Amino acid sequence: MKTSYNSNIYHPFRVIVAKEISDQVKSWRFIILIAIITLTCMGSMYTSIANLSKSIKPGDPEGTFVFLKLFTLSDGTMPSFFVFISFLGPLLGISLGFDAINSEHNNGTLSRILSQPIHRDYLINAKFMASLIVISVMLFALGFLVMGLGLILIGIPPTPEEFIRIVFFILLSIIYIAFWLNLSILFSVRFRQPATSALAGIAVWLFFSVFYILIVNLIIKAIMPPNNGVEFDSYHYEILKMNLLRAIPNQLFSEATTTVLMPTVRSLGPLSMEKVYGTIPGPLPLGQSILLVWPQVTGLTAATILCFFLSYLSFMKREVRAR
Amino acid sequence: MSGNIIELSNLTKTYGSFTAVDHLDLVIKKGEIFGLLGPNGAGKSTVILMMLGLTEPADGTVKVCGIDPVKLPIEVKRKVGYLPEDVGFYSDLTGMENLIYTANLNGISKHEARLRAKRLLDRVGLPNDADKKTGKYSRGMRQRLGLADVLIKSPEIIILDEPTLGIDPTGVREFLLLITRLSKEEGLTVLLSSHDLHNVQKICDRVGLFVRGKLLAEGDIKALSRKLFNSNTFIIEAGVNGLKPGDPAEQLKIVLKSIDGIVSVQIREEFFQIEGSRDVTAEIARCVINSGLELHYLNRKELALDDIYYQYFEGDKRYENQL
Repeated sequence: MKTSYNSNIYHPFRVIVAKEISDQVKSWRFIILIAIITLTCMGSMYTSIANLSKSIKPGDPEGTFVFLKLFTLSDGTMPSFFVFISFLGPLLGISLGFDAINSEHNNGTLSRILSQPIHRDYLINAKFMASLIVISVMLFALGFLVMGLGLILIGIPPTPEEFIRIVFFILLSIIYIAFWLNLSILFSVRFRQPATSALAGIAVWLFFSVFYILIVNLIIKAIMPPNNGVEFDSYHYEILKMNLLRAIPNQLFSEATTTVLMPTVRSLGPLSMEKVYGTIPGPLPLGQSILLVWPQVTGLTAATILCFFLSYLSFMKREVRAR
Repeated sequence: MSGNIIELSNLTKTYGSFTAVDHLDLVIKKGEIFGLLGPNGAGKSTVILMMLGLTEPADGTVKVCGIDPVKLPIEVKRKVGYLPEDVGFYSDLTGMENLIYTANLNGISKHEARLRAKRLLDRVGLPNDADKKTGKYSRGMRQRLGLADVLIKSPEIIILDEPTLGIDPTGVREFLLLITRLSKEEGLTVLLSSHDLHNVQKICDRVGLFVRGKLLAEGDIKALSRKLFNSNTFIIEAGVNGLKPGDPAEQLKIVLKSIDGIVSVQIREEFFQIEGSRDVTAEIARCVINSGLELHYLNRKELALDDIYYQYFEGDKRYENQL
C-alpha cells in the first residue's frame, strides 16, 4: 500500500467521505430538514427572548445564567430549543442514514465500488463519517447562530462557563443524533428497500418517544402494591421506574441536556427528605454538572457504538452481489 | 508463473448444503480472452466474486497475478477491473464525474483522472455524453461507461460479468468488438462470463463450459467439439434434388450406411444428414452420383458452440458420465 500521496492525490477514504458529504448537502431531504430545523430554532428563540424579562426574578439562583435561558426557556406555547433538538434530532439522524447501503445496492453501484482497491469497511465508515460531519457542522452552526442572535438581541454576553455548557450541549446532541444515524444505517444494511428501513427507523423512534414511557408506567402500576402509603416503598419504585426509562437513549439525552443547560438541577433521581434537608439552593459548578451526567453520556455513547458495531458486522459478513 | 495470470485450483464454494462451485480447476493465460459460458445460476458470478476476494471460497485456492485475493484483496483489486452484471452509476453525477470518482478511489490525481476519463469516453464512443447525468443514460450507454470505468485504473485483467445482457443485437456486436480491440491494443487479459454463446464465442480465444458448478470442458471451439463429441464428430449435409421418402432415397440410405466410418444417416426434407466418425465427404459424393440422384450441395458442418451447448443439455447424463 502506498502511504505517501502527493498533494493532489487523496486517500480513498477521504475521497468517499468528500463525495458522501457533497451528496448529503446537495440532496433535497437535507435542504428540507435544515429548513424545518432552522425555522423551529428561530421560533423557540423568539419565545424565549420574549419571556426572558419575566423569568428573571431577584434572588433567583439561576439569575446568573441568563444566556442559557435562550436555550431552555419556554412560555408553554412553543417548546424550547433543547426540547426541539431532542425531538427533531432522531428525524435528522434517521433521514441521513436510512438509505446509506441499500440504495447503493439497488443502484448497482455497491459491487462496482467494492471492486475498487479499497477495504470494504471504508464504505460504511465513510458514510458514517460523512453524515457525522454534516450533522456536527450543522449543529455547531445552529448553536452559534442562536448564540450570536441572542447576543445581539439581549445584549448580555455569555460567561465562559455558559459558553462551555452550550458547547457541551451541542456535543451531546451530536452523540444523540449519531445514535439515530447508526440505527438507521443498521436498518439500511438489513433491509433491501429504503422505504422499509426508513419506516423501521421511525417506528423505533415513535416506540421510544411515546410507547415505551406508557409501557414503563403500566409495569410500575402493575407491580406497585395497591396502598402506597409507605414512603420508603414508593421511593424504590420511583427509582426502578427511572432506571427502566434510562434504557432508552431519549431519556439519557434529555436528562443529560437538562443538567448541562440548567445548572440548578442537582440530581437526576428522586430525592428523599434526608437528602434535600439542609441543602442551600444554588447552581452546580460546571465540573459537577458534567460529573452528574457522565453515566448518561457513557450510556448514550455505548448505544451509538453498539449500533455501529452491529451494522458494521452485518455489512462485512454480507456477500455483495449485483442487484 | 510462466504466463498464467489466473490460477484456480480445487476451488469450491458452498451455500449451506448447496454447492455453487464444485472443485474448479482453471488456468487463464496472460493476454487471452477467456469466455466462461454457462446457463443462469451455474455459478459463474460466484467464481468471479472469489477471484476478486469479494467472497471467500470454502475450499481451494485462487491466484490472480500470483496474489491470493483472500489474503490481499486490495492488491488484486488494484490490478483487476471488474464490470458487474447490470452495472450502476451514481445517477445524479455525470458520466465524467463518475469516472473521476473511480479514478480517485484508485489513487489517481484529479487532473490525470480528467485526462484519462476524456480519452476513455472517446474510445468507448461516448464523447458527447460526458457531461450528461448517468441517470439519463440508456442501458447500452451504461455498459460502455462501465467499460471505461473498468479501464480507467489501467488494469492488467478485466473481468466482465454478463456484459451483453440487455443490449440490442447491434449494440452487442459493437460492444464485443470494442472489447476485442481494447484488449489487443492494451494487451489485456479478458475474462468474460456469459450465457450468450452465439456472440461471445466469436471473440473468445478460449472458452470454458460451466454448468452446475462444474467446468465440463475448456479450450478453443475446435478442441471443445473434439472433447465433447469424441465420436460422431463430422456432420455432413447432402442436398439432393427431388428427395422423397421412397425407393431411390431408401436405397441410397442403405448404400451410405454401408460405408466404413458412417455412423448414422437421416433423411430430412431436402437433404441427408450424415454423421461420420471421419471425413467421408468424398465417398458420399460418389455414392449419390452413382445412385442417379442429383447432388446439389455437400456441406461439412463445423460444430458451433451452440450445438455443443444444446447437445450437452439434450444428452445431459450421457456427457456427464463421459467427462
